Amino acid sequence: MSVQARDIAIVAFHQSDCQASAGATNEVELIMPEIRAVMDQVGLRNAQDVDFVCSGSCDYLQGAAFAFVAGVDALGAVPPIRESHVEMDAAWALYESVLKIRMGHADSALIYGFAKSSPGELPIVLSQQLDPYYLAPLWVDTVSLAALQARLMLDAGKITEADMAAVVSRSRHNAMNNPHAQLAGEVSVESLLAQQHFVSPLRRHDCCPVSDGASAMIIATVEQAKAWGKPYAILRGIDHRIESHNLCTRDLTESPSTRRAAEAAGVADGAVDVAELYAPFSHQEIILSRALGLGEGTSVNPSGGVLAGNLMMASGLSRVGEVFQRIVSGEARRGVAHATSGPCLQHNLVAVVEAA
Amino acid sequence: MSPTEVLSEAFELGFTYTRSTGPVVGRFLTGLRDRRIEGVRASDGRVMVPPMEYDPDTAAALDDFVEVGQQGEIVSWCWVSEPRKAHPLQQPFAWAMIRLDGADVPMIHCVSAASEDQLATGARVQVRWAEETRGHIADIACFELAEVAQ
Repeated sequence: MSVQARDIAIVAFHQSDCQASAGATNEVELIMPEIRAVMDQVGLRNAQDVDFVCSGSCDYLQGAAFAFVAGVDALGAVPPIRESHVEMDAAWALYESVLKIRMGHADSALIYGFAKSSPGELPIVLSQQLDPYYLAPLWVDTVSLAALQARLMLDAGKITEADMAAVVSRSRHNAMNNPHAQLAGEVSVESLLAQQHFVSPLRRHDCCPVSDGASAMIIATVEQAKAWGKPYAILRGIDHRIESHNLCTRDLTESPSTRRAAEAAGVADGAVDVAELYAPFSHQEIILSRALGLGEGTSVNPSGGVLAGNLMMASGLSRVGEVFQRIVSGEARRGVAHATSGPCLQHNLVAVVEAA
Repeated sequence: MSPTEVLSEAFELGFTYTRSTGPVVGRFLTGLRDRRIEGVRASDGRVMVPPMEYDPDTAAALDDFVEVGQQGEIVSWCWVSEPRKAHPLQQPFAWAMIRLDGADVPMIHCVSAASEDQLATGARVQVRWAEETRGHIADIACFELAEVAQ
């Protein structure tokens, strides 16, 4: 980097419960408690107390153009604030905020992501992110595309259906310690395999649930974090890479973009105690663990991951937040967070978080 | 007192413009209207169907068109036991990646079959054309198993 890289500290994080339906609660009402929570963690009063705000959301989920602008109502943006938005998971809002701080344009940033996915038919809504001439008009849903990917892996002998069930079983087990999880409990691999197929070869439990909610984070320069006097973790590296929009030109049984992002973020520069991976489908957690080179020494998705509850546009940011919380609590010294976007793990972001 | 004048105007919610699909996508869609399937040769020689405008590896503009067959082989598939309202078929069906004869890169489309056990990776399928073709991806109504097709 040509300019001297400024170390970034993650100072606060909070996530809402993953609700199957938030009912009449609107997006602003989902965001406000999360922003209040992170503000209180740092001891800030409002959005005027940070230099930059960036959010992640998707207008297609609200079904209205520029719906994201209404999210700003959660901030109380008077007097005016410096604000930005990505039509992506808020993990990419974090990425934009990191660039803003590294460029010296801000010393602190508030990041939030939110969505109410339950009112629409999410897998069909997401079909509209595909190629507009060849795929979107067919309404190929995201579950079916993931099922094509799973079949490729099964046919190639890279996984078994029991491997997939084991991922789900561990997710539900780990989620029992996550108060925000939507799906948690002890389920055996055998009982999962006894379930019927949903979109064969996927069973319903191989797919993440549809959830409503939000999450928020505050980051800052290390100097600012010290001035605030709160515990923080260091965001040591962050990178994201994307693959072709043509699914059939990709090797869907691997994730080369995750591998590249991991190299650039410096995942291999130390031991990985904990990893939070955005794997909306069970087989994808296996692809990601392999792409990141994770071994026995890494606790994968101790929160249960998104198979236990998937906040669209916020789950990626929450993966970073989960790792941050485990580092600040002393449970882990170094961790990896991953976020994804697009069909079959098309676009992947990898972050490395370390103890200060 | 004059009666209140009510102003009214018809309004269509939608994009009221047409858009050119360009020399690559447009050529493919026009081919479908004529019940032909054309792919394009990538920089490394692979034939991609449907054609891409730019090479996924080198970003070079592509224009070497190749007509491919109307039969092919299933590379991957999934069985949709409960079709969604938006799906092109309302009976249980499969989505599949299909490598057409003469192509190297598969395409994604739907496959009509009586039951899941009729399908397998490697099965041969062929195009069933829509009754009326109009230069749209749905001119391919679906694929069906080559053995049972007429």
